Amino acid sequence: MSLQAEIKKRFSGFTLEVSLHTEEGVLGILGASGSGKSMTLKCIAGIETPDEGRIVLNGRVLFDSEKRINLPPQKRRVGYLFQNYALFPNMTVEANIAAGLTGTKQEKKEAVSRMIKRFKLDGLEKRYPSQLSGGQQQRVALARILIYEPDVIMLDEPFSALDFYLKEQMQFQVLEVMRAYRGDALLVTHSRDEVYRFCEKSIILNRGRVAMEGGTREIFQNPVNVTAARLTGCKNISRVERVDANHIRALDWGLVLETAREVTEEIRFAGIRAHQFFPAKEGPNTFSGCWADTLRQPFEWDILLKPDGAPETAEGENLLWWKIDYTQLDRTGGRKPGDTLTLGVRPEDILLLRKG
Amino acid sequence: MKTATVSILVTFFLGVWTARMVVSARSEKFKTVVDGILTLPMVLPPTVAGFFLLMLFGVKRPLGQLFLDVFGIKIVFSWAATVIAAVVISFPLMYRAARGAFEQVDVTLIYAARTLGFSERRIFWQVIMPSAMPGVLGGAILAFARGLGEFGATAMLAGNIAGVTQTLPLAIYSHVAAGKMSKAYEYVAIIVVLSFLVVVLMNVLSRREKSGGQRRKKGRDAS
Repeated sequence: MSLQAEIKKRFSGFTLEVSLHTEEGVLGILGASGSGKSMTLKCIAGIETPDEGRIVLNGRVLFDSEKRINLPPQKRRVGYLFQNYALFPNMTVEANIAAGLTGTKQEKKEAVSRMIKRFKLDGLEKRYPSQLSGGQQQRVALARILIYEPDVIMLDEPFSALDFYLKEQMQFQVLEVMRAYRGDALLVTHSRDEVYRFCEKSIILNRGRVAMEGGTREIFQNPVNVTAARLTGCKNISRVERVDANHIRALDWGLVLETAREVTEEIRFAGIRAHQFFPAKEGPNTFSGCWADTLRQPFEWDILLKPDGAPETAEGENLLWWKIDYTQLDRTGGRKPGDTLTLGVRPEDILLLRKG
Repeated sequence: MKTATVSILVTFFLGVWTARMVVSARSEKFKTVVDGILTLPMVLPPTVAGFFLLMLFGVKRPLGQLFLDVFGIKIVFSWAATVIAAVVISFPLMYRAARGAFEQVDVTLIYAARTLGFSERRIFWQVIMPSAMPGVLGGAILAFARGLGEFGATAMLAGNIAGVTQTLPLAIYSHVAAGKMSKAYEYVAIIVVLSFLVVVLMNVLSRREKSGGQRRKKGRDAS
């Protein structure tokens, strides 16, 4: 079970150049919108044709620009879950699920009823897609793909059309399905939570190129460049200058920070995750700043802090985000917006980032 | 009547087929040029379109000669000519409506059908046509109405021979010219009634489309 893809496709002002491979399991493709995630899936499915490259699925060559092989999507045996599910509006649930099947009527009927049970769609067989809820539509779309046992399933932003409550529920269901499925799967998303939950390995795309790849957990713990840091949710990123092997000067914050890791020549940026600050009085990396603003989330507060030495900029790039849990609000020591806060951050929590 | 009925059948299939070809064509330039040529009969004065047809199908012209030599049929001033004129004039309406309807179909449905292994023919009949049907039918009704009322090109290509090439609008013209007003009233009444029916049919179709949507919404609320 493996998928190898090397894809190069030029657009005006944008070139997609991605190489990826999977060996059983779910590979996450994380990227901002317009980074080429969906285009990558479309090339693998055969909906779009790359300019150059090679796509091999379980030893079958699907596309090879040199040998001029380009199988039509019909022959690629891929399962593609579209963002809007793409259920046929003129077909019932039953007919939609059976759409990709070949075989006798009896075989189809049995396979469909198995899927209906498995995806808890009993009683909805004769409904049309527009009569279903979002979650039900997604289950039908999944059933329609899994019924013909494709060699790879590709999920294109599968949860983005669902509201928050449904999203969490569907994620459990999809996780269950993916565990039972013995093939490769690709999950395209812009949500760090989704890659973290579903994918053991991930790649991060930025403007059509792979910015970072590897184990998902590793990427989250130790992003090597700015794109990876941003997409894994790092709120605070500053340009830096190297001071010595263990110190950097963060230009946007006006701070000199001690780092646990060695600062190499190629380090251009530093990141600090918003929840890694803590109130401190003294010690390494202690600094004070003005409590500028607050964003209240349901269970946590984002406190925006302007470090005392920060240069003046218009866009608020010099503000630090500090995320604290609702239950720990007393850690601000009774201070209010406008007051001065003194915070610290551990040297090992400073992410050293390359450009890109 | 007979002319309009036969010509709408021809126009319908020809228009749908051409629209399908043009929509699935890859080259944008090709699309633009073909689209322009196919729409031309709609914007030209019907007499000009008829003039071109006469140039094409005249006995001494290549196409006309071909028909005469191979099939022994003289097209100009025959009943077939009324059909040809009506088809050419009503075709752009049909073609444009069908093309618009096909382009409105959600492309992800087509992509999904492909990854599910549908042949292109099956995609057309089971995915594209059902979604595009209201638009295609609307175009067909308009094209029928246009074919029914066709005057200029018909007069040019088929003439106005009573019982052979005389369509309803031509008959009205002849009767009025001859001062037989009562006969003209009769034909005018027929045309008005037919045209009114066409408009009603159009409205019914578009309303059914809308209420279909509402019914579905209700179904969702109940579930």
